[in-house]
Amino acid sequence: MSDTNLLYTEVEDDLRATVRKLLTDRCDPVVVTALYDGDRSLVDGLWKALAAELGLAGLLVPEDRGGAGASALEAAVVLEELGRTVAPVPFLTSAVIATLVLRDSDGPLLGQLASGEKTAALLVPLSTAPHGALPTVTVADGRLTGTVTSIAGAIEADTLLVFADGAVFSVAAADATVTPVVSLDMTRQLADVRLDGIAGELVVADAEQAVQDALVAGAALLASEQVGLARWCLEETVTYLKERKQFGRAVGGFQAIKHRLADLAIGVESATAAARYAAATLAAGDEDAVVASSVAQAYVSDLAVLAAEEAVQLHAGIGMTWEHPAHLYLKRAKADQIALGTAGAHRARLAGLVDLPTPQ
Amino acid sequence: MTIDEQGLRRRIEEFLAAHDPATTERLEFLRARYNAGLAWVHFPEGHGGLGLPQAWQPAVDARFEAAGAPDNNKKANGIGLGMAAPTILRFGTEEQKQRFLRPLWTGEEIWCQLFSEPGAGSDLAALGTRAVREAASGDWIVNGQKVWTSGAHLAQFAILVARTDPDLPKHQGITYFLADMTDPGVDVRPLRQITGEAEFNEVFLTDVRVPDIQRLGEVGQGWAVANATLSNERVAIGGSPVRENGMIGVVAKAWRDHPELRTPELHDRLLRLWVEAEVSRLTGQRVRQKLALGQPGAEGAALKVTFARIAQELSGLELELRGEQSLRYSDWAMVRPDHVDFTGRDAGYRYLRAKGNSIEGGTSEILRNIMAERVLGLPSEPRVDKDVPWKDLAK
Ligand SMILES: Cc1cc2nc3c(=O)[nH]c(=O)nc-3n(C[C@H](O)[C@H](O)[C@H](O)COP(=O)(O)OP(=O)(O)OC[C@H]3O[C@@H](n4cnc5c(N)ncnc54)[C@H](O)[C@@H]3O)c2cc1C
Repeated sequence: MSDTNLLYTEVEDDLRATVRKLLTDRCDPVVVTALYDGDRSLVDGLWKALAAELGLAGLLVPEDRGGAGASALEAAVVLEELGRTVAPVPFLTSAVIATLVLRDSDGPLLGQLASGEKTAALLVPLSTAPHGALPTVTVADGRLTGTVTSIAGAIEADTLLVFADGAVFSVAAADATVTPVVSLDMTRQLADVRLDGIAGELVVADAEQAVQDALVAGAALLASEQVGLARWCLEETVTYLKERKQFGRAVGGFQAIKHRLADLAIGVESATAAARYAAATLAAGDEDAVVASSVAQAYVSDLAVLAAEEAVQLHAGIGMTWEHPAHLYLKRAKADQIALGTAGAHRARLAGLVDLPTPQ
Repeated sequence: MTIDEQGLRRRIEEFLAAHDPATTERLEFLRARYNAGLAWVHFPEGHGGLGLPQAWQPAVDARFEAAGAPDNNKKANGIGLGMAAPTILRFGTEEQKQRFLRPLWTGEEIWCQLFSEPGAGSDLAALGTRAVREAASGDWIVNGQKVWTSGAHLAQFAILVARTDPDLPKHQGITYFLADMTDPGVDVRPLRQITGEAEFNEVFLTDVRVPDIQRLGEVGQGWAVANATLSNERVAIGGSPVRENGMIGVVAKAWRDHPELRTPELHDRLLRLWVEAEVSRLTGQRVRQKLALGQPGAEGAALKVTFARIAQELSGLELELRGEQSLRYSDWAMVRPDHVDFTGRDAGYRYLRAKGNSIEGGTSEILRNIMAERVLGLPSEPRVDKDVPWKDLAK
C-alpha cells in the first residue's frame, strides 16, 4: 500500500501561481480592510474574476456537468491562497459546500454554479459542525418557512439552498429576506435569512447524507484556508522581525523570539500535512476522509489562531493598529476556528470515530 | 499619630456626615475628600492620604461608593492614578505635588503617557524626542513624535520622556517632564486599533514649551524615573483584588448564563483558568503586601505576564463557548472612547482588546527578560549599544 501523497503536484503549483497573481493584483489589504467600514466594492469583481475568468467555481464539478473535473486537492490549493490574502469571496460556501450538496442532482443549477453564472449558499449557521444539528425550516406545498442565522456566503449568493424535511430546495435569494450582520470577520460577512413561505424548487430529494458530506468536505478544505492564513502570519512576522531593530539589533535575532518562530514553523508544517491529508482522502473517496477532516479541523483551526495571535504579539504596537493587516488575519482565524465546528467539537467527534470513548 | 482601622472608619463616617453626597456638589465633595486624606489612604497626609496601608483602600472606596459618593473618573484616568501619581509622589518637589496631585485624583486633569515612539518601543531608552533648554527663559522646547498614546485625546497633562543630552549613552541623556497637552505645539491624531475604535493616538510635538518647574527629577535622571512609572504601571495592570474580578468574572457569568453551550472540554479549560485566575489574585495580594514595605521592582512584571495570558486565554475561550454568537460583532465604527475598558462591550471586543494586554506597559517578552535578568540574575543579552553615545547609534 503506497502512502497518500501529501506534496503539491506541478499542476497544483501552476494553479497556485495563477491564483496568487490575481489576488496580488486585485485583493489589496487596504481594500479588504475597507470591508469593515461597509465598503464591499471589492467583492463582486474579485469573485467574478476567480469564479468565471479563472474557472475556479467549477473545480469540483465533473467535466460532463460543465465543470473542470478537478479534485479536492486543487480546491485546497485555491483555499490556501484565499486564506493567505483573507480574500472576501464565497469560494468555500458556493464552489465547495453548495456545489457538493448538488453533486448528484440533475437540474441545471450545478452547471450554473460551475460556470460562475450563479452563486449559492447552503442555509446553515457558519458554526455548524458536520455532525451537528441542522436548522429547521418547514416546508408545506413547496413553500418554505423559517429563519436561519449567521450564514456565510448568503450576501454574495443569488441562490439559497434550503434543507427542509430531509430534502434540499433552491430558492432565489431575492425572494428571501437577507439581513447582513456585523460580523467578527467582515471578510466573510454573515447574514440572517428569513423565508416567509416562499416557493422552493426541489433539487435533492434524499439530501441528508449529501448535506453532511458537503459539510465534512467543507471542514476538510477549510483547513487549507487556515494553513494559507497561518503561513502568511508566519512569513510576514519573520520578515518583519528580520527588519525591526530594538536594542541595536534585529529583534528576530533574540533567541526567545527565534524559538517562538521555530515552534510556529513546526506547527505550520504539521498543519499543512493535516490539511493535505484531509484534501487527499477527500479527493480519493478514501474511507478515512471523515477522520481526516476532523483531525484537520481539530489541529489546524487552533494552529491558525495561534499563528495570527503570534503575528499580532510579535508586531506589538503596530500589530494592534487598524492600518496593519494582522488584525484581518486574527479575525478570520478566530471566526474560522468556530466555523464548521470548533477544535473541541471535532475532538469530541473523533472520540467516537477512533474508538477512544468518552468516560461514562 | 497613626490611626487604626477603627479610627479610619470613624473618619469616613464623620466625613460623610459633614459632606452629604446627595447634596454636596461633585467637585467640592471630591476635593474635600482629598483634603481629608481619604482619597488614597496610603499617600502621605497633605497629599490626599493618611500614610496607611494600601490594602485598606478598597474598603474605603467601597464605603464611599455605598454612600453614593461621586466617582473621580478613574476609568478615564488610569494612567494618571496608576502611573503619574506614584511617580510624582516619589520624585516630585513639594510644589509639584501641591500643583498636580489633587486635580489628578479628582479627575479634573486627565493624564496620558508620552513614552513610546515609532523607533523606540521595547527599547524605550533609544527614544529620540528632543528637549532643548532655552537659555533666556530656562524653559524646555520639545520636538518629536510619540505613538500608541492611550487617551491622549482626553488628557490635559502627560508624563513625557525626552532626550536632553544626545552625547551621552542612551540611558543617561533622558529627562522626565510633566507636559501640558493643551500647548499649541501638541498635535494629537487618532490611531485606530484592531477593535475598530481609536483608544490610542499618535502625538506630534512641535516646539512644545515645558517650564523647568515641570521637570520631574534631575536632568538626565529620566530613565530611573521612567522605570518607577513602568513598575507602577505593571502593578496597576496586573492582579485584581477580589475573586472573579475582570475577565474571569465575565466568562464565568457567560458559563452560568448559558447551560446550553456547555461542553466537557470547555468546562475543563474554564476550571483550569478559574484556578489560575484565583492563584493570580492571591499572588497579587502577596505582591501588594510586599510592596507595602517599599517601591515596586520586578514584582509587577510577573503579575502582568500572568494577567495578560489569563485574560487572553479566557477571552478566546469565551468566543468558542458562545459559538455562533461569537461570529457577530457589536460595531466596527471608529470612535474615540472616553475611557479604557478591558472587559466591556461584547465577547469579540474583549478578545481583540485583550491582545493589547501583553503589549502595553512592556511586552510579555520584555517582562520575562526583566524577570530573568533582574530577579534570577541570569546574564543579559550582549548589549551592543549600552555605552555608545545616543547620537552615534544606528537609527
Ligand atoms: C493597547 C496599547 C496601548 C498602549 N499605550 C501606550 C501609552 O499610553 N503610552 C506609551 O508610551 N506607549 C503605549 N503603548 C506602546 C507599548 O508600550 C509598546 O507597543 C511596547 O512597549 C512594544 O513596543 P513596540 O510596539 O515598538 O514593539 P517592539 O519593541 O518592536 O517589539 C516587537 C516584538 O519583539 C519583541 N522583543 C523586542 N525586544 C525583545 C527582546 N530583547 N527579547 C525578546 N523579545 C523582544 C517584543 O516583545 C515584541 O513582541 C501601547 C501599546 C498598546 C498595544
